[in-house]
Amino acid sequence: MTVTPSSAFTRRTFFGLAGAGLTTVALAACSSPSGSGSGAASSNQTITIWLDTQRAPAIKPIAEKFKKDTGITVKLVVKDFANVDKDFISQVPTGKGPDMIVSPHDKLGSYVQNGVVSPLQLGDKSGDYADVAIQAVTYDGQVYGLPYSIENVALLRNTALVPDVSSTFDEVVSKGKAAQAANAGTVKYPFLLGLDPKQGDPYHMYPLQTSFGSSVFAQKSDGTYDATKLTLGDEAGLKFAAAIKDWGQQGILNANITGDIALDAFDKGQSAYYLTGPWNVPAIKKAGIKYAIDPLPSAGGEQAKPFLGVNAFFISAKSKNKVAATKFLVEYLGTDSAQEALYKVGGRPPALKTAYATVAKSDPDIKSFGDIGLNGVPMPAIPQMASVWADWGSAELQLIKGQGDPTTVWNTAVSNIESKIK
Amino acid sequence: MADDDVSTLEAARPEEDAVASVPQRRPRGNRNRDTRRTQSRVIAGGSGIGGLIAKIVLLGLLDAIAVWAVFVMAGLSMWIPISIVVVITGAINWIYLGRGKRLPAKYLTPGVIFLLVFQVFVVLYSGYIAFTNYSDGHNGSKADAIASISANGLKRIPNSPAYPVNIVERGSQLYLLTTDPKDGAALLGTTGHPLEVVKNATFDGDKAVKAPGYRTLNLSEVLTRQDEVTSLSVPVSSDPNKGALRTDDASTAYVFKSDLIYSQKDDTFTNASGTVFVDNGHGEFATKDGSKALSPGWKIDVGFANFARAFTDPQLAGPLWRVILWTFAFAILSVLTTFGLGLFLAMVLNHPKLRGKKVYRVLVILPYAFPAFLSGLVWAGLMNPEFGFINQVLFGGAQIPWLTDPWLARFSVTFVNLWLGYPYMFLVCTGALQSLPEEVDEAARVDGASPWRVFRSIKLPLLLVSVAPLLIASFAFNFNNFNVIYMLTRGWPRFTDTTLDIGSTDLLITMVYKIAFGQGGVRDYGLASALSILIFILVAVISIIAFRRTKALEEIN
Repeated sequence: MTVTPSSAFTRRTFFGLAGAGLTTVALAACSSPSGSGSGAASSNQTITIWLDTQRAPAIKPIAEKFKKDTGITVKLVVKDFANVDKDFISQVPTGKGPDMIVSPHDKLGSYVQNGVVSPLQLGDKSGDYADVAIQAVTYDGQVYGLPYSIENVALLRNTALVPDVSSTFDEVVSKGKAAQAANAGTVKYPFLLGLDPKQGDPYHMYPLQTSFGSSVFAQKSDGTYDATKLTLGDEAGLKFAAAIKDWGQQGILNANITGDIALDAFDKGQSAYYLTGPWNVPAIKKAGIKYAIDPLPSAGGEQAKPFLGVNAFFISAKSKNKVAATKFLVEYLGTDSAQEALYKVGGRPPALKTAYATVAKSDPDIKSFGDIGLNGVPMPAIPQMASVWADWGSAELQLIKGQGDPTTVWNTAVSNIESKIK
Repeated sequence: MADDDVSTLEAARPEEDAVASVPQRRPRGNRNRDTRRTQSRVIAGGSGIGGLIAKIVLLGLLDAIAVWAVFVMAGLSMWIPISIVVVITGAINWIYLGRGKRLPAKYLTPGVIFLLVFQVFVVLYSGYIAFTNYSDGHNGSKADAIASISANGLKRIPNSPAYPVNIVERGSQLYLLTTDPKDGAALLGTTGHPLEVVKNATFDGDKAVKAPGYRTLNLSEVLTRQDEVTSLSVPVSSDPNKGALRTDDASTAYVFKSDLIYSQKDDTFTNASGTVFVDNGHGEFATKDGSKALSPGWKIDVGFANFARAFTDPQLAGPLWRVILWTFAFAILSVLTTFGLGLFLAMVLNHPKLRGKKVYRVLVILPYAFPAFLSGLVWAGLMNPEFGFINQVLFGGAQIPWLTDPWLARFSVTFVNLWLGYPYMFLVCTGALQSLPEEVDEAARVDGASPWRVFRSIKLPLLLVSVAPLLIASFAFNFNNFNVIYMLTRGWPRFTDTTLDIGSTDLLITMVYKIAFGQGGVRDYGLASALSILIFILVAVISIIAFRRTKALEEIN
């Protein structure tokens, strides 16, 4: 683009302006909520927490109380919850991240792998929380987070169609089929479980899998997972694979039923059973379905253990305010009133035992989900897990569709996963 | 492309000169003999007092922001950005406060700045990332990695007692004042000085709160010196194997022991069992035989390793070729099918005797009004093998796996993209058809040419003159058509011969997205940037060749 100016001018302009992009980035970085995690320019009396819109109102009064007691301002920064982990991992190393973050525990592995969280000493208080919650926020022998809620799936039963509880999956299936036969016009499915038709859903299938005694990784004594011991391919896993194909052929599991279709069908009373989590209960209530929350049935004779998702607060590794942040988490968010406030906005069982006991008295649904959770296992937080979901899910999906021999399909998936996590 | 630019620029140049000389209202050659009055008018941008005020306000704002930014960045000791900000702000002031010869720069500066910010910087930064190992586990500096490994290696000694502590100070050195959980004696120590019994300490209940000769810090003093407090590590006794007290909240301390010791001298980590981890040159500490590595690692420059990996890694190379082939196939097919259908409809609806043209045209354009995101999701629902409208209604309940069989899925994305893309081509062709001269058409018919012959030999070549560049743009767009693929199939069904989460309908762009931000496995920004550069090269080469070819078409006119 030469119009008239001398070339010297052009060059100078170019080099002078070449930093414009950097300037903008620098400015953007400066204006980003850097909390107090950086240097002399900011006061040390502010700590920043990233959370989502849902939780902000519950944390606000707690932050105000903290300000009154200690004089430290807690700045609440609302972030998009779906990407908060990626933002956290990319922001912390630059020194611009928050002091604290709310996050599901299964991201913990990648936080540790990227060195962005710092260990949290709960000391003797760790006994006040549900064991599974502490297991979930433990990684490599270190506790990193303060847990506040636990969520897991359960079996929802339409009480108008099936009045009584069953303990085995076979019973569930036969009652579901009986309900289907008795109400031929309206009831279309014996049992519902929402799957992703493209990648399957090992998360929802896991209670059925564990009831065969099959698991994904071996657990160490402290409840954390051992990434070197993939147990998916053992005998029990192969039994489970054979069972999936069988259920698929019977039409109990259907690869074409997405989560939305399953919820819609249960809302319309088209099935007696629905395996789902607390997030769908409000919609089912609204649809006017009379439901009961049953313990997860055993398909293979052993205890059915669902995956637990634990939401927790974590402290950034580069926080300059670790004392204040630790105080805020352990002494203010680790209290009954805080955990109950968080339950009110999220509708999930609290992780603090005393808060859970209080909530369970007034909310029978929470008690049902919470009691099932006591048998659960934390979702693996190890980074290797990211390489497991896809193959695991597609193997299950293939078998539900009745393609291939269970042993071959399952073993292929297992060897694929093993080559990835080496 | 370059040729085009030059010609347009040459065409534009006299205009710019005209524009540039308008404010002075005089031939440019006389500018050296300016009078005072005109000088001041030139400084004011030649547009009177309003322009002068606007200029001063805008420049003042910019300078104020720059000064503020410099202060903030000085606080963060970011010296390179500071110098850049100063240079740029200076350059802008110099350009706009100057006169005469700098006039063209005044017009070019805003555009150049936006170009640099939104194009050049982004491209250069992606290019730089392509030559690093920036990825999950390699996203910070080496110092951060060492600090993080050390912190994670510090473990509380199991079942060790908790010590209630107070932070006390002598001189400017901080000490931990604590009470022995076993015998209740007051103890005091600091980093490098093991705990010693304090005589005559003041107790509050059974907790020591004050020691003679030391000042106890209150909470707000502790909060201003948090880093010092959390870095205190007080040995429990003179035997280092007994561990050290550390506190995170300044009220309780626990006994910690590190099972990973960093040696500054050798730049190695040694764990409790004597295994040595060395910097292996790949941005991580690992054992000599490479069997075990510590995380996190850090970001290093790796040269062309990412590019080499794309074509040599057995997990990546085969699938990458398939993805490249499919990307070309998809882009070419999309252009051909959408152009074909759009042109056909445009010809049909362009018939002079057709009634209700407007209604038809509105109906035809409808798919163009839907966001591709939404359509992708809706079509995914329509194509559900069992419950989807297509199978249930159009195929009488057949279970056709539209999106889960590799070839059918490829057909489906092409079909949906046709549905999304033909209205655009229809609009373009309608416009082009209406601008064609009628006489040529009539002359051909008088000469006895069939309608098909008229179309093939006259209309189509004339059309292509104006439409060809748009077809190239459409090709480039479809080459990177992320929305349709991701919303409809997410690139699946997956390839079975690779551990990467890529599949039969993945385009290069969705593959890059999955490698950079995907849920399957490690997020590898370096590799994704390298592949982005590859995409850029492919699209650029094809566009250049195609634009060269379209020059030939213009000779028809």
